[in-house]
Amino acid sequence: MSELTVSNIAKSFAKQLVLDDITFTINDGEFVSLLGPSGSGKSTLFHLIGGMYRPDRGAFFLDGKEITGKRGVISYMPQSPSLFPWRNVLSNVILGAEIHRKVDKDKAREMLKKAGLANYENAYPHELSGGMRQRVAFVRALLSPQDFICLDEPFSALDEFTRLDMQTWLLDIWEKNRKSVLFITHSIEEALYLSDRIIVLSSNPAKIKREFDLPFQRPREQSLLLSKDFFEWKRKIYQELEQLKVNS
Amino acid sequence: MNTNKMKRNRIIANHGSSFVVILCILLFWQASTQIFTIPTWLLPAPTVILTEAVAGWPNYQHHLISTTKLALLGLFIGVSVGLLVAIVLHLLPKVKRAVYPLLILSQNIPIIVLAPLLVIWFGFGVMPKVIVITLVCFFPIVVATLDGLRQTNPELMHYMRMIGASKQQIFLKLEFLHALPAIFSGLKISGTYSVMGAVISEWLGANQGIGVYMTLAQSSFRTDRVFVAIVYIMILCMILFVIIQTLEKTWLKGREKGRMEHE
Repeated sequence: MSELTVSNIAKSFAKQLVLDDITFTINDGEFVSLLGPSGSGKSTLFHLIGGMYRPDRGAFFLDGKEITGKRGVISYMPQSPSLFPWRNVLSNVILGAEIHRKVDKDKAREMLKKAGLANYENAYPHELSGGMRQRVAFVRALLSPQDFICLDEPFSALDEFTRLDMQTWLLDIWEKNRKSVLFITHSIEEALYLSDRIIVLSSNPAKIKREFDLPFQRPREQSLLLSKDFFEWKRKIYQELEQLKVNS
Repeated sequence: MNTNKMKRNRIIANHGSSFVVILCILLFWQASTQIFTIPTWLLPAPTVILTEAVAGWPNYQHHLISTTKLALLGLFIGVSVGLLVAIVLHLLPKVKRAVYPLLILSQNIPIIVLAPLLVIWFGFGVMPKVIVITLVCFFPIVVATLDGLRQTNPELMHYMRMIGASKQQIFLKLEFLHALPAIFSGLKISGTYSVMGAVISEWLGANQGIGVYMTLAQSSFRTDRVFVAIVYIMILCMILFVIIQTLEKTWLKGREKGRMEHE
């Protein structure tokens, strides 16, 4: 069980309002994307959830308990893989669990196998490709003991082909063990392909513009990307984002 | 057998050119002493030095052992103190701001100048000698460790904070390990300094050690023995360096490339 409620969050830096009255809820086992232009304060929201700093107003609740300003209650996958160069793949993926003293190496090996990384257990990060490193980082987030995962534009640095591979891979892994996910992205396609729900943010300051419930069935196939429905939705969201530009 | 041969070939390939240069210098030296008939007390030929090194072994062997022990003891204490000071300063940034400039200032005082004071305060025993070596060794370690700790990769730091790692966990699992290569760089410098420190401290007054042997040789114009001492100081430094480098290679196995990529 894990359900995150973000309630009336506001935050400014140097008198510049970055987040303005952000409110939404992510239900148990749900995959929600935050979609917005770069620099719209999406990462700031993550850092607030992660307890790096406190919001000026508002609060966060996880399963009804307030977690505002608390560290270590969510699992996290950053933009860069952030793997430790002196740890091999296996000891990298257990790091999140190690911090909370809940290491289970067998479970880690099993997860690596499921993730297609079984042969890389003893490899060091510098021996892996960019996509592989992201996989390791995601497995690390999955193996962390928290049930809620925040993903911060994890695929933005990858090339188009690798990114599509990674998205399909992520869907496959995630659909098999559904933790609640909050996913930050600036790619409409990525958000559509992966999520149950999309929250569109405006920028300067970030405000919730609209929420979309997506009707696509799971498990999802890559063919979805070429379906008529998908294009229809893409147009809808694209127009929403265009409107944002006009208004600002 | 085969791997041994390969290893040897690699060593020759890596260091061959240095050997050739050393050989040329020695040949040139030997030739000049003979052609210009330079007296032995002024500049002994390499062969004379070698002869003395072999023949005099029983005379200076105990000096060598004494200096080695002293250097190792001083190095151990200097490195321990240096690491401790660096870690404390890193964990207490306010103290670091106050103390770090003083640390640098303290290095402006030549050890040679301090030495007589140490003798006045602590006599001619092991104590003042160890203090001299410690003073020489600890600075490179402190600077290298502090630099290494300060340069911790910010992305990894951010990740550790986001997932709720405690200050202690961040230090043990990230900062310290991240600083290890830097610490080893400092250790290499300290290792070579420790031998120098030991010899200098022996000049001040001791009953054995390479420093003593050197002073005796100098006052009786046995220049060949002075050179023997110099050669042994070089060999000692080199052995220490190689030991530290080997430790570094085994400890940091598999990460060298990864580190570079992150920086």
